Amino acid sequence: MHGSSRLILAHFWAAFAVFAVAIPLGVWQMWVRSPLHEWLPNPELYYRAVTAHGTTFAYVFPTLIAMGFGYVACVVSLGRPLHGVRLAWLAYWLVIAGAALALATVAAGDATVLYTFYPPLSGSPNYYLGILIAVVGSWIWVGLMISHFLRWKRDYPGLPVPLAMFATTAGALLWSWTSLGVGAEIIFMILPNAYGWTDTVDPGLARVLFSWTLHAIVYFWLIPAYIAFYTLLPQAAGGRLYSDKMGRVSFLLLLIFSMPIGVHHLYADPQIGAGFKFLHAVFTGMVAVPTLLTIFTICASLEIAGRLRGGRGLLGWVAALPWDRPMVLASAMSLVMLGLGGASGLINMSYALNSTIHNTQWVTGHFHLIYAGAVVIMYFAIAYEFWPHLTGRPLVSLKLVRLQLWTWCIGMLATTLPWHYVGLLGEPRRMAYFDFTNPLMAPQAFWDSMSAISGLILLFSAALLLYILIASHRTPAGVMDTPRLSLAVEPPRSLPRSLNSFGIWILLVAALTIANYGFPIAQFLFVKNSSVPAYSVEAP
Amino acid sequence: MADSPQKPATEVVDTAERGWAYAVGGVVAIVFAVIVYSGLHWAAQPPSNVETIDATQLHVAGEFVEANLGTETRPQPDGSIIVRVIAQQYSFVPSCIVVPADTPITFRVTSPDVIHGFLIAGTNVNSMVVPGFVSEVRAQFDQPGEHLMPCHEYCSVGHAGMWAVVKVLSRSEFNSAYIGEERVSCAR
Repeated sequence: MHGSSRLILAHFWAAFAVFAVAIPLGVWQMWVRSPLHEWLPNPELYYRAVTAHGTTFAYVFPTLIAMGFGYVACVVSLGRPLHGVRLAWLAYWLVIAGAALALATVAAGDATVLYTFYPPLSGSPNYYLGILIAVVGSWIWVGLMISHFLRWKRDYPGLPVPLAMFATTAGALLWSWTSLGVGAEIIFMILPNAYGWTDTVDPGLARVLFSWTLHAIVYFWLIPAYIAFYTLLPQAAGGRLYSDKMGRVSFLLLLIFSMPIGVHHLYADPQIGAGFKFLHAVFTGMVAVPTLLTIFTICASLEIAGRLRGGRGLLGWVAALPWDRPMVLASAMSLVMLGLGGASGLINMSYALNSTIHNTQWVTGHFHLIYAGAVVIMYFAIAYEFWPHLTGRPLVSLKLVRLQLWTWCIGMLATTLPWHYVGLLGEPRRMAYFDFTNPLMAPQAFWDSMSAISGLILLFSAALLLYILIASHRTPAGVMDTPRLSLAVEPPRSLPRSLNSFGIWILLVAALTIANYGFPIAQFLFVKNSSVPAYSVEAP
Repeated sequence: MADSPQKPATEVVDTAERGWAYAVGGVVAIVFAVIVYSGLHWAAQPPSNVETIDATQLHVAGEFVEANLGTETRPQPDGSIIVRVIAQQYSFVPSCIVVPADTPITFRVTSPDVIHGFLIAGTNVNSMVVPGFVSEVRAQFDQPGEHLMPCHEYCSVGHAGMWAVVKVLSRSEFNSAYIGEERVSCAR
């Protein structure tokens, strides 16, 4: 692919390598804390595994996929080679080096603070430094995406930037802005404290800064999946994209509304007043809009494909879709999980309802369903879609691919739906063991066992994924056609500036950030006594 | 397309999308209405008191010294009863809380060390406990009974052992059991 295959494959392979390490950790955690296993003699091992699993899947795996897929979107949609390839490799190695430093520190037991950090818990500075290095690496990628976007616009003035490139740039801008929260928390609060330069740290302020990142980071993970919905799925289904414009509107809305809403993670926090909690609740409702628009456009695009393939009647077109194609199958599974996870998300975002399930296993169920389910299954579909183009070899078996997707979808549903239920019963998240002999905990034993067993299905599915990718890399080389992106029913010939550039929207994002985060952060200049000494978790 | 009786594709797309946009607007409006209604009508408000306290001095002086923890038996002027709790690595003090049913309860919770969570299972009582801040949560228990009260935020290695219990007694039982005592827990 325009000479970039090695770079892109390096990203995907690194992502799936850390995936291969972190998935078994998650499965192990469910197993050891379920009634099927005796209590761990050393619970620290459990939390160490949670830290490694969370760090990998929050900061490393999706970042590598987004970067790799960003380069794919660049070369395929712009139809020309990448520039700044040496910078791209630098970004790659920074992410790898940062991840290696952070994860090695976690493995040594020196940073069992979970991926959310939550000072005043304090681990080895190497852990935070590693994450910071990885984030800085990803910022280079952000710069490259913006540069490709601008250079193409300069070369083709007045023409619409292809949707895949437009959306990738929106994702890059979103990440650059939202990662500033965790970046500032690490640089100005956590590292000075971990190195011993400051005596105290303000846990309330740290939580506010982290919330700046904590919500929009999920949309950074989601955007590659949405790009696949808009630019790969209609083509794979044999149809057309219903509306190119609506795609642009959706990505712009994601960019605008995913950021000034993070305080909804702090509904139960004492350091934020009711007014700002409510304001963020309102904006959180707005972020449902681009997802609802996307679901409409994607279903309409699939209907076009189904009818072109001879589907008749109200729902006959559904049966006529090419369900044997991985992209079509994975997208449908993704939409099912997105729908269920979105429904539980509506409860989380509800200012009052959240009290019933805040920080229970329900929340873990919610974000695993959305991210590990709806989003990650699309990462698989993206890998399957481009593997032949990247390696020059066909996939080893479509049958195995479908089995892998089915087991992931069923495994994830069977893992996370019981989590929602036990969360409703009041089971807290992040616990190394439970006393199921307590009659008040006993009703949860069955459901926790079900999740633990479903974890084994996910483990099988993950192993199958790796087998398919490795085996497909070793089949004899074949002649691969050039990758193509979906055409819209009416491809835009020209667009208003607002749908073809980001200038005005960046101003709006900045203004909304100041409006929604200005006071919640600035108040810490005035409150007294809120800083406390750090508590080290480093192995003695 | 000009002489075709069919509408051009862009027009069909635009009409359908406009219709859907209205539907989406309706959905979001309903969600807002439910949030506002439940927030105001049921006074379902998360803890938002933004009240700071010196976390390093809790045990020495002030509201959260040990003798002042637990359930106050004397009601406030508005009829509510205050329960003060410390969440610390790795226990709650008191670790068994006793409260009367059908009485407004105000929980005041803080931490001397790291972040903890405060959740009474089967109720809407749910708050983060952030050192440096006091979390105030209001609740009322309709039924006598027993609830688990786990810490729900990771607070380092002993976290999974950090559970307490809330015992809800009927009003008359509570009043007769604790005559003449100012502050009570299950251990009296």
